[in-house]
This record gives sequence, C-alpha cells and structure tokens, in this order.
Amino acid sequence: MNLSAIRTLFLGIFLVTSFASAAQEEQTLLEEKIEEKKFDPKKMIMHHVKDAYGFHIIDINDHAISIPLPIILWTDNGLTTFMSSAFHHDYYGKVVAEKNGGKFVNYNEKIYQLDAGATALQVDAEGTPLNASKPLDISITKNVFMMWVSVLVLFLIFIGAARKYKKSENFVPKGIASFVEPLVLFIRDEIAIPMIGEKKYKRFMPYLLTVFFFIWLNNIFGLIPIVNGANLTGNIAFTMTMALFTFVITTFSGNKGYWKHIFWMPGVPVPMKIFLMPIEIIGIFTKPISLMIRLFANITAGHIIVLALMSLIFIFKTVLLAPVSVAFSLFIIVIEIVVTAIQAYIFTILSALYFGMATEEHEHH
Amino acid sequence: MTITGIAAIGAGLAAIGAGLGIGRIGGSAMEAMARQPEIQGKIQTSALILAAFVEAVALFGVVVALLQG
Repeated sequence: MNLSAIRTLFLGIFLVTSFASAAQEEQTLLEEKIEEKKFDPKKMIMHHVKDAYGFHIIDINDHAISIPLPIILWTDNGLTTFMSSAFHHDYYGKVVAEKNGGKFVNYNEKIYQLDAGATALQVDAEGTPLNASKPLDISITKNVFMMWVSVLVLFLIFIGAARKYKKSENFVPKGIASFVEPLVLFIRDEIAIPMIGEKKYKRFMPYLLTVFFFIWLNNIFGLIPIVNGANLTGNIAFTMTMALFTFVITTFSGNKGYWKHIFWMPGVPVPMKIFLMPIEIIGIFTKPISLMIRLFANITAGHIIVLALMSLIFIFKTVLLAPVSVAFSLFIIVIEIVVTAIQAYIFTILSALYFGMATEEHEHH
Repeated sequence: MTITGIAAIGAGLAAIGAGLGIGRIGGSAMEAMARQPEIQGKIQTSALILAAFVEAVALFGVVVALLQG
C-alpha cells in the first residue's frame, strides 16, 4: 500500500468516527434543551449509562426519533403489556399511561404504578416517589433486546462456522470458519490448557468459549453510538449473572483437595489452620464478586469518560472546546476498543484459573 | 467539603495506588521480557492477570466513590 492510500484510509476512519461522535454530541445538546434548566452533567451521564425502555436515537426539532420496546408488567390486575411509546419519551414521570385499569409513569427509567385515586406522580425533595409503587417489571428493555441480538449474531457466526467444517473434507477452514478458528484455538491453547491442565480442560471449553465471545460481542455493541450504547456489560445485573455462573461451576466441580485447602489447609500447624479457614471461605465469594465488579466498572468507566468529555463543551458553554473534546473522546474510544477484548480475555482467563484451582490434583500432600 | 468532594479524592487515591502497582508490574514484565525473550508470551499473560487483580482494587474505590458521589 502506498502513502496516499494509507492517508485516504486514515481520513476515512477519522471521518466516520468523528461523525459518530458528532451525532452523540448533538443528542446531548438537544436533550439539554428539553430539560429547560441548568445542564447537569451527572444526570445526563447517568441517564446514558443506565438501561432504558427504548432506543432513543436522535431529536430533530424537539421531535424524538426512537424505537419503542414492549413493557411487560405483572400488576394486581394480572399481566399488563404496552409499548414504551405510550410515555412519549418522557422519563420525568409526567406522562401517565392508563393500561389495564392501572396508571403508570416512567420516572428516571423505572416504571411506577400510581396508587388508586392518584392522578399525577408526587416526589419528595430527594426524588423518591410518594404515591406510587413499583410493579414486577419483566420488560424487554434496551439491554435485553441487545442481548438477544448478540445471541442471534453468535448463533449465526458459530452455526455458519460449524457448517463450513461439515462441508469441507480435510477440515481446512473456509469463510467465517477461518475467522473463528484462530480465536477458538487461542482460548484452548493460551487459556484453557495452561490454566486447567491437559487432562481436564475439555469439560470447561464450551463455557469458556461462550463467556469470551458473549462478553466481547456485548462490549463491542456497547460502543455503537446509534443505539445509544446499550450498555449491557456495564450493567451490574448482567455481570453478576456471568460471575454467578463461574461461581456455580467452580463450586460444583471442586474436588476433595480443593475443599480440603479451604476448610483444613494441609501442611500448616493447627492454629494456622483455624486462622486460615474463615479467610479461605471469604475467598470463595470474593472471587466472583471481583469478576463482577471488574467488568462492570471497566466498561461503565469508559462510557462515563467519553460522556464527561462531551459535557465539558456544555459546562464551559463554548464551541471552541469541541475539537478538544472530540479528539480526546476519540482517543478514549480507541482505547475502549482494545479494552473490549482485554476485559473479555480477563474474565475468561480468571474463570479458567478458578476452574483450574477447583480441579487441581494435590498428590504431594 | 461535601461528601462528593471526599468521594472524588478517595477515587483519586485509589487510582494512585493502582498506578503504582500496575507500573511496577509493567516495568518488571518489560525487564523480564528483555532478559528472556523466549518466554515473552508467558510473562505477558501473567502480567495481564496481575494487572487485572491490581486494577480491581482501584475499581472498588471508583464504585464506592460513584455510590457516594
């Protein structure tokens, strides 16, 4: 490739990414206008990081363009379902939707049911609703929707790859399979075999592969600005579920040696055994908790930094700061792209490490 | 000083600690790799895992600061 081609490539990349950042910026500006009060960066950032009941893409002349998603509630009157467009993009609890004999409001992206007789939501000084309660909410939110999309994408990629292997006679990867094979081999040769061991790694391969690709794909989806960054891996409920799987698999595949090392550490004096037992028991639980916090905080922190850099323009109320903000957030987004892969790798390798600890053979004691 | 200010200082202190820790890991890993380039891959893997452990502690600080701030 000659120099001018490289230059064109870089210019293209820059144009695409700066367009993406500009779209995000515009959205922030318009949202500020709707709020009609002092720009509060913390509120804006938290709103963008949190889950929502619809994809709010952009506002044009105060007219919001968004994709509504179904809201599914279990109330006293039974199952209540309606589309989130019933709230008209309001999340300040002002628009009341009447469905199935109940009155519902969307307050800070949480659905509340108004008490009988109430016509509008009342909140106290701290913002806690006074005359409403939360029904059981099993809505298909933005995060749930993106999770299904990523599941579908993973199915398509891996079933496609498996078909390619079935067709080829000498197991030479072709098409999508040649993209998947090096990654799968990387997980096997660099993560599973060194951490778990030659003999037992096969049992854990399906889980490790699933975790790696699922987290990686969802991290990447979180960076797409047009879907407002459906921040799935930056949602602590999601990371908790993933960590819980690792915890359950570690606990149930723990052999005699593993439990012996926790409750009655061999090779140390008795007072030390008693002293070590509570520490080791706490250690069982801190491992998945640190897995949960690490993924959640890394992804959320990345999103918060980008949004904070953007809100600098509105805090100082000058367009002169825009190039600086855009340049810095571009830099952060490039780092975030690297972080998507690193965090998926770290989650997988630490899961493998814990499985390896649980299944290790201790012959020398 | 408000609780938000104190939370921000706490997050900053956690970042200093993690910076020192990851800096030491990175420096030592670099030295080891320069000395023995043949086991570069192994050193890189363990350096990344250790960095993740150090980073987790700093992130606990950030999460606590977020909850307070």
